[in-house]
Amino acid sequence: MSANNKPKFAMYWASGCGGCEIAVLNIHEKILDVDANFEVVFWPVAMDAKYKDVEALPDGAITLTLFNGGIRNSENEALARLLRRKSQILVAFGSCACEGCIPGLANLSTRESIFEAAYASISTDNPAGTQPQVTWNAPEGELHIPEFHPVLRTLDQIVPVDYYMPGCPPESRQIAIVIDLVLQALRGEAALPPPGSVIGAGQSTVCDECPRVRNLKTIKRFTRIQALGSIDPKLCLLEQGIPCNGPATCSGCGALCPKAGAQCIGCYGPAQDVLDYGARLLSAFASVIDGKDPSEIERVLDTLPDAVGQIYRFSLAGSLLRASKSVLVEDEEKHHAAHQY
Amino acid sequence: MKQLKGQSGQERVGVYVCHCGSNIAGVVDVQQVAEWAAERLERRGVVIARDYRFMCSSLGQELIEKDIKELGLTRIVVAACSPHLHEQTFRIACQRAGLNPYLCELVSIREQNSWVHEDKNAATEKAKAIVSGGVERVLWHEPLEPLHVPIHPATLVVGGGIAGIQAALEIADAGFPVYLVEREPSIGGHMAQFDKTFPTLDCAACILTPRMVSVGTHPHITMLTWSEVTDVQGYVGNFTVTVRKKARYIKTDLCTGCGICQEKCPKKVLDEDFEAGLGYRKAIYTPFPQAVPKYPVIDGSNCTYFQKGTCRACEKFCPTGAIDFEQQDELLTLQVGNIILATGFDLLDARRIAQYGYGRLANVFTSLEFERLSNAAGPTDGNIVLRDGVTTPRTVGIIHCAGSRDRNFNNYCSAICCMQSLKFAHLVKERTGATVYNFYIDIRTPAKAYDEFYQRVLEEGTIFVRGRVAEVTDAARLPGEENRLIIQVEDTLAGLQRRIPVDMVILSVSLQPRWDAKEVAKRFGISCSSDGWIIEKHPKLDPIATMTEGVFAVGCAQGPKDIPSSVAQGAAAAARVLARIQQQEIALEPVRASVEESRCSGCRICNNLCPFNAILFHEDRMVSEINAALCQGCGTCVAACPAGAISGTVFSNEQILSQIEGLLLLNQSEPTQAEMVTA
Repeated sequence: MSANNKPKFAMYWASGCGGCEIAVLNIHEKILDVDANFEVVFWPVAMDAKYKDVEALPDGAITLTLFNGGIRNSENEALARLLRRKSQILVAFGSCACEGCIPGLANLSTRESIFEAAYASISTDNPAGTQPQVTWNAPEGELHIPEFHPVLRTLDQIVPVDYYMPGCPPESRQIAIVIDLVLQALRGEAALPPPGSVIGAGQSTVCDECPRVRNLKTIKRFTRIQALGSIDPKLCLLEQGIPCNGPATCSGCGALCPKAGAQCIGCYGPAQDVLDYGARLLSAFASVIDGKDPSEIERVLDTLPDAVGQIYRFSLAGSLLRASKSVLVEDEEKHHAAHQY
Repeated sequence: MKQLKGQSGQERVGVYVCHCGSNIAGVVDVQQVAEWAAERLERRGVVIARDYRFMCSSLGQELIEKDIKELGLTRIVVAACSPHLHEQTFRIACQRAGLNPYLCELVSIREQNSWVHEDKNAATEKAKAIVSGGVERVLWHEPLEPLHVPIHPATLVVGGGIAGIQAALEIADAGFPVYLVEREPSIGGHMAQFDKTFPTLDCAACILTPRMVSVGTHPHITMLTWSEVTDVQGYVGNFTVTVRKKARYIKTDLCTGCGICQEKCPKKVLDEDFEAGLGYRKAIYTPFPQAVPKYPVIDGSNCTYFQKGTCRACEKFCPTGAIDFEQQDELLTLQVGNIILATGFDLLDARRIAQYGYGRLANVFTSLEFERLSNAAGPTDGNIVLRDGVTTPRTVGIIHCAGSRDRNFNNYCSAICCMQSLKFAHLVKERTGATVYNFYIDIRTPAKAYDEFYQRVLEEGTIFVRGRVAEVTDAARLPGEENRLIIQVEDTLAGLQRRIPVDMVILSVSLQPRWDAKEVAKRFGISCSSDGWIIEKHPKLDPIATMTEGVFAVGCAQGPKDIPSSVAQGAAAAARVLARIQQQEIALEPVRASVEESRCSGCRICNNLCPFNAILFHEDRMVSEINAALCQGCGTCVAACPAGAISGTVFSNEQILSQIEGLLLLNQSEPTQAEMVTA
């Protein structure tokens, strides 16, 4: 990875599980194409790098940055802003960067209760009750760690994003296709899609790739898949009362879960141009409930297990709602306080 | 989250704020709204904003037309009343000036603002927000063209009561084919059960049966009695209707209607329908002598042969060999261009009004029972007698509003009960000389010659007691009450409680929708109110159309009505249908939903949602498609589509979301931020 005039590549892991990093490596020999065609300037998981090296680059010096993870703390935010400035193409890579993903579900809890769960619950051995402090006076001097924000934000809630690549994580096959596309575009052999596009995904929804038989739908009750004795291996899961998110989830994964007999949980996010995934999905579920009178419909909806986890598992932070009211209030107060100083 | 890019700068928008006399201007400072729009929305493309006394007047419309031509306006926002009233007016004005009519947006600052607010400043601010929303929305409008579809010349009339008969005759007389479908063995409806009609006391049969005969013999009318519509597909101009013609067990080409079969049939059946349970018919029967068609039907559930396997008396005695026990139901498929529903009403089950004792106290009668009792062709030959069949009552109590205007039963007024009860009072008086009490809440006699009839009945000596009857009982408490029915009522004019002993009580029972009205409405793709009456397109200005193009509803199917109103509606619907047929084609509103096929995953969520049956699923391509002519643009599927593959013209995401941004005055911030596309 010697310095040369190859286009520069960066990848960064913000608030996420790291699965996106693994997915990139999982493209097998295609990773050699990346190495052959790009100069990797910043990729903390794969190689040593310092933030100051990135800061030292001229603005726009990095051709392509894959940014995975949501913006949970001040470090995530600073890196998002830095990489935006330094990158020509900034890709929100994976569900966390696109729409918040699982870490985004913490937007239902205040900082206090998150710290409580992490540092003071029964599974934690923390007799002193230590909790993270932004600054700490150690014998060696004052230490700083990043500040934990009240709200987890998606990348595009912080900086403008050029492309979105959904998935938890994005399918390696799709990553390979995108890398090929970028390489072709750099050679002038292909045009990149218009900025703001979703890349590495299909035009339709998971049902489009799902081989299960579909009939007219009427749902009498929802049930968890594990609560069913047996499921019909050929029939649409939703028709069997299993809340499958396939109808609302962007295609591109190849319907892996429903093919394997598990319901789609929605990691590929909303279909193109859909503004709010959960609202769409709930509207679709509600539309096929077998019942005309409101109390009956309510009864069926009450059988939907873990409603927020069901419809916003991956997209709460990026939804119109974004977070619970108390969390948003806390966030507002923090901003207000910041302005006062 | 996405921020939508407004298309400002490309369009030239005109804003017109209506005073509507003082309707709007009395609350909203319309001049201020117009000035605000001109100044603050200039950046969003507004080049002119005016206020005017009546935008809907010719002068108001000309103002818009002139501006379109002189200022080159490309979008129009009119802030006035509800689109229901004047959207068409302003669209046509735009069209006259050469602008596509769908580039006009009407926002309501009357119904949704001036009529509901008192705070003038707040209402003015709200009007600005509404105008701002309209401007943002109209920027996303697209020029649209109406859809033209041909009109099939045949018409389906459902229900052979007086309203349906009138509609069928009017259309057939104009030379166009009509299918008249009737569930019962004969047409005629409720009117055929009556003896006299108010207020003129015409004999119902004398005025109705000639019409029935005309229907039966009309060369352009195909009468399908003992038949029901089971399925409706298609759209205005091109409906395909399936009718189940129930087996009559009669070869109608051989039957002469001589009636010998009915004479010979050994099985007597209580006639719950036509005779309201007061008389009997046979298992093979025509409901009444003047029935049209003249052919009887065999009621299989009561026929001895069908139940026990022997008898066949009718077959033995039939002189023409017209009985056919092997006959099967037939399914007919009809092509029609328009549908008129005249499905009529049911009576409330009077037993539900427990305190009036119907079903428990023998001499409490329903209005329909009394109609049969007083009918010269009825079970008592028109003698008004008690349930024993012989005793003439000396005192009769008639209770208005039995189950109507009553929150326990039906909230509405059944419209005909006052006049019907006055008619009953007159007939009782005339035929028996009995003392008659009418118990009423209010007397409602608003139509032509109705109040005169009330005066006449008053003069005849009927006693009117104002008050809702509390109870009808046979528990005697006072001398003179033994073996009689006692009506307990608060006489609200005299201000005292009264117990009035009578021999006979007649309940003017509430009219209500047919028991299967909601199911029928669904079959025809129209909607019912919560009461169950069919909803008309506009209660004042379009009382016979429904929200589904090509489907009309007349008579009591859409609410209680007297005979003149039912006839007028039947004729009105016929006129509307005839006009359509003459035009040969119809232009449909292009407000439609459509599926973007590449995005449709064929998940089938939308498939059974459409109230107009407009969604088709293509098994081969695994995509859903919307039939544009069937679609009414209601948006149900648009909201339900989880893939966002269905969009509705005039209600696209961009149109709705940008209108919200406008309403929230987000368009007031700096352009760079509002127009930033972060997708």
